[in-house]
Amino acid sequence: MRVTTLPLAVSAYTATSALGLGLDAHLEALRQQHSGLRTNDFSSAPLPCWIGRVAGVEHVALPSNYAEWDCRNNRLAWLGLKQDDFLTKARAARERYGAARLALLLGTSTASIGATEEGYRRLENERLPADLHRTSIHTPHSLTAFVAAALDIKGPCMTISTACSSSAKVFASAQRLIRLGLVDAAIVGGVDSLCDSTLFGFNALELVSPEPCRPFDAARRGISIGEAAGFALLERIDAHTDAPLHLLGCGESSDAHHMSTPDPLGVGAELALRDVFDRAGLDATQVDYINLHGTASQKNDAMEAGLVARMFPLHTRVSSTKGLTGHTLGAAGIVEAVITLLALRDGFVPGNAGVSEPDPACSEHFAWHNETRPLQVALSHSFGFGGSNACLAFACADRDACTR
Amino acid sequence: MHTLTVQVEGIGLWSPQLADFNALRHLLAGGMPAAPGIRPAAAALSPNERRRAPESVLVAIEAASQAIALSGRTMENLACVFASAYGDQATTDYMCRVLARVPTELSPTRFHNAVHNAAAGYWTIATACRAPSSAICAGNASFGAGLLEAAVLARAEDRPVLLVCSDSAGIGPLGELIGCTSAFGCALVVSPSTHTGTRLRLAATASAPRHPPLPAECLAWMRDNSSAAGLPLLAMLANGDGDCVLVAADQLGLHVQMETNA
Repeated sequence: MRVTTLPLAVSAYTATSALGLGLDAHLEALRQQHSGLRTNDFSSAPLPCWIGRVAGVEHVALPSNYAEWDCRNNRLAWLGLKQDDFLTKARAARERYGAARLALLLGTSTASIGATEEGYRRLENERLPADLHRTSIHTPHSLTAFVAAALDIKGPCMTISTACSSSAKVFASAQRLIRLGLVDAAIVGGVDSLCDSTLFGFNALELVSPEPCRPFDAARRGISIGEAAGFALLERIDAHTDAPLHLLGCGESSDAHHMSTPDPLGVGAELALRDVFDRAGLDATQVDYINLHGTASQKNDAMEAGLVARMFPLHTRVSSTKGLTGHTLGAAGIVEAVITLLALRDGFVPGNAGVSEPDPACSEHFAWHNETRPLQVALSHSFGFGGSNACLAFACADRDACTR
Repeated sequence: MHTLTVQVEGIGLWSPQLADFNALRHLLAGGMPAAPGIRPAAAALSPNERRRAPESVLVAIEAASQAIALSGRTMENLACVFASAYGDQATTDYMCRVLARVPTELSPTRFHNAVHNAAAGYWTIATACRAPSSAICAGNASFGAGLLEAAVLARAEDRPVLLVCSDSAGIGPLGELIGCTSAFGCALVVSPSTHTGTRLRLAATASAPRHPPLPAECLAWMRDNSSAAGLPLLAMLANGDGDCVLVAADQLGLHVQMETNA
């Protein structure tokens, strides 16, 4: 019952993270290998760790019509939408196709839970305080409802919340809606913002590093949590024949192993990879670069290093960029999809930042430093809690422009 | 207007008032079904996992197991979509209370239970399912959005799909605001076959939500729990006839028509 999927044009994309606002800031930070991590100055109680905080989110103002959705996560969403003219391009797509022919699919792991946490810190007679007594922000759908209203989208609007694979899986859902002809285009993406729930939650699981995270380092000590917003516009290629970057396919699977640790054998992750290969009509030898999930947790990185070593030829280059952005959780899928698209567009492999002594399990595939090389096909890995796996495949549209 | 047709192979239902789909049939026929009690059996989980799992997960797994049993499908290859408007509200209330007081005392188990895909995680682990699984929400449109996602998955991938939609009762300040006062979970196994059995024809519409008359109890449950927005469709399936418009997004309706072969 294998279904081969047709590629889609990625006609606009943007990211906002600790690396900065928009594509140019990300490209510059990747080129310089400049990390956006800083010591934790966010949590409501001290927690000695490093975070990827987006500067100035507190000062973003939502347009007054959307005041009911005001909270840190939606401010970050609004800030992210305004980069790289994404808001304008999204509105143009709505005009072009009609509001009912456009889907909105966003991923988030915690949505606006930060506002609920704040409400519980300032309870008034066992009720949320008056300024936070708004149903719009105490729901995991808060992000998508806000963006749907801001863009006036009348097609399918849905939040995917599968922890760290959330904003990768949105590409798969969008692709299916377009393939069946239910919509002509889709806005996908994700936003997660810093909050106590994830900082102290991952701390309770002993997964938070006291120093800046070091994915694939032999002495890695856990993750550094970050926040980010990212969006992409997906359209049929025949409607956008000059789009230079394509989504080839999305692979999905479940680990069926454990709620908070990956299957050490990587069986589920390998199934997601094989799924995307089948759909995109690819094999491992055609993959030039993989942006790894690479969280700097002991178990993910051990599993993923093994997966790369056994599945890919040595000319496939791999790296994690979480040493620069931090682990942006529900937004990691879209942020790393955008980094993968930048790598394809500009012909470079971002180095695996933060490593001083590579884990001996890491093979020759790892790019510890930036490399300049034309890329044709690149993957992005996202593996989440609950064993939710997604692998995305992107490509340069013009094969002549990218030669190995 | 594009339409999607899927076959319904199995139906599951659990609430503190309705033990299963048969109990709903009984109610719709004018009967008084016996209430199943406050905690679903969720027998698919191992005793350890059942102890660890929060209420929303137990409700989801109970409904899922019933639908699978009726469908006769094996569980390990079945793609699944878990929809919920709020996830586990008691867990969110616990998290926010502890974070407001002594954040470093947060329980690691309750943290992993707080992810929106907790039910999908427990389910795929319990059933050794390595097929794609998802966890979605769309506010009060979560059932309609979940049905659309599951039907699209079934048709686009040409495979049967398990849809579960469930919400737990709220407590504390969050519960006071949201007003979800009772647990409710329902599940469908849908497949792309269109030639036999009970079929649903889905079409996007701008029309407002509507449904055939329902007993007062059903209307009350729909007010008390977002996931009970599935009741009009379950009633159609019980009656073997009818159509309704479900909310699938703030500005999108899903017109659902039943089709059956004699």
